[in-house]
Amino acid sequence: MKTILSFQDVQYNYHSMNGETPALKDVNFDVYDGEFLSIVGPSGCGKTTLLSMAAGLLKPQSGKVQLSADLAENKHSIGYMLQHDHLFEWRTIYKNILLGLEIQHDRSSNSLEKIDTLLKKYGLYRFRNKYPSELSGGMRQRAALIRTLVLDPKLLLLDEPFSALDYQTRLSVSGDIVDIIKREQKTAILVTHDLSEAISLSDRIIVLTNRPGHVLKSLPVHLTKQGNSAVAARKSPEFSAYFNELWEDLHGNESEEI
Amino acid sequence: MGTNPKKSKEQLLYEQKYYRVQYVNKIIQISIFLLFLFLWEFSANRGILDSFFFSSPSRIGRTFCQLITVNHLLAHIWITLLETLVSFILVIGISLLLAILFWYFERLSVVFEPYLVILNSLPKSALAPLFIVWLGTGFKTIIVAGISVAIFGSIMNLYSGFHDSDQGKIRLIYTLGGNKSDVLKKVILPGSLPLIISTMKVNIGLSLVGVVIGEFLAARKGLGYLIIYGTQTFKMNMVITSLTLLCLIAVLLFLGIALLDKLICKKHHQE
Repeated sequence: MKTILSFQDVQYNYHSMNGETPALKDVNFDVYDGEFLSIVGPSGCGKTTLLSMAAGLLKPQSGKVQLSADLAENKHSIGYMLQHDHLFEWRTIYKNILLGLEIQHDRSSNSLEKIDTLLKKYGLYRFRNKYPSELSGGMRQRAALIRTLVLDPKLLLLDEPFSALDYQTRLSVSGDIVDIIKREQKTAILVTHDLSEAISLSDRIIVLTNRPGHVLKSLPVHLTKQGNSAVAARKSPEFSAYFNELWEDLHGNESEEI
Repeated sequence: MGTNPKKSKEQLLYEQKYYRVQYVNKIIQISIFLLFLFLWEFSANRGILDSFFFSSPSRIGRTFCQLITVNHLLAHIWITLLETLVSFILVIGISLLLAILFWYFERLSVVFEPYLVILNSLPKSALAPLFIVWLGTGFKTIIVAGISVAIFGSIMNLYSGFHDSDQGKIRLIYTLGGNKSDVLKKVILPGSLPLIISTMKVNIGLSLVGVVIGEFLAARKGLGYLIIYGTQTFKMNMVITSLTLLCLIAVLLFLGIALLDKLICKKHHQE
């Protein structure tokens, strides 16, 4: 499989007047074309820092973040979805989705057509002239995804994009979003602290250790399931074995004490 | 929700009650004003208040007509209004510009903060005599006085609003490949629109304060001048009529900004 992104001996420390906090140490892993990869780990282990580096917003203090040639030459080939949808409340849904193109100064009819196609495909066309406050949490998240997809990224970085949603919505929206990502044939890296979410959505899971984070293991996920929904994945026979394994990895020391 | 064309009995009752409360509040407000006018007029006529010092509503009316024909009152009103609007527009323009500059170059804001704080807490009326010496008496001095009252607070207010803009939205712009001026154009300015309007509401009042202070000291025209002139010649009717007019101007200016607020917020769909 083709590698499109690789972290090589990456190290990162945060600095403040209270001292130095090591966030990442000797991080090594590859991301393959077309896979859905999740990164799980205890809170504060540098998951978001990893994504910021992949997006080029941060540079590693030592080591290397290597992008494949076709990703490196075009900086819009990486899309980033943040924890909240961050839709601008003073813009309509359509204008929100247009934001990326406005910044790229791209008003070509091709791109505008693409917006319409995506809006229609994912059930937001009727709502394109509404304001974000008039939409449900799930619809807002879909709008945020379309805003990212319009720029046609090859790699999508998802930073706990479902964490602001309630549990019910979260189950259906996460299935929805992954469905869209698979259909548009994107590679994706999802950062989450929800183990069930990671297992049900991903092809592979990277487990990070406590701070300073480094890769504890890379766990390929194969579920026998009917359909792509998050609920179907949770019903599959392998699900609990994966869950227990990840739980042990993350809480191993604590359970020994009990 | 408003989608149901037939309202239930309870909903109608609720709405009725809402409108009744609004209505009663309006009536109380207006009654207080009328009662105040009546008591003022009544006690002035009965000699309980000395109308030489305290005037009365009917005397204010008569003085108003007199001033219009004899003293070119309309010209005085116009000049005060003009000076206030010019100071206000300059205050908004300058403070927006400086706040943007401070936001863009954060070091500027850190370095200049103590100076701004000191200038802001300085009583501006104490500066007015200085302006007279530097700029002479007249339009320029009064505009500067009007600006000086509002400008420093306005810069600080706008800058801190820009500074506290939603970090997530700023990050979003960068993830979409934008730079700092994209952040300014797409997030900071549109997101701060409610703040800019509320700053305008405060500044329009402060500009009027500054202009009147200026007119007290350095004018031959304007309502501030009429007040000072009236006091010195013991024409209390003139003083109180001018005060009443200042009240009206303040209300009108505020309503003007409130109208602007409504128009813009409607367009931008912000509460």
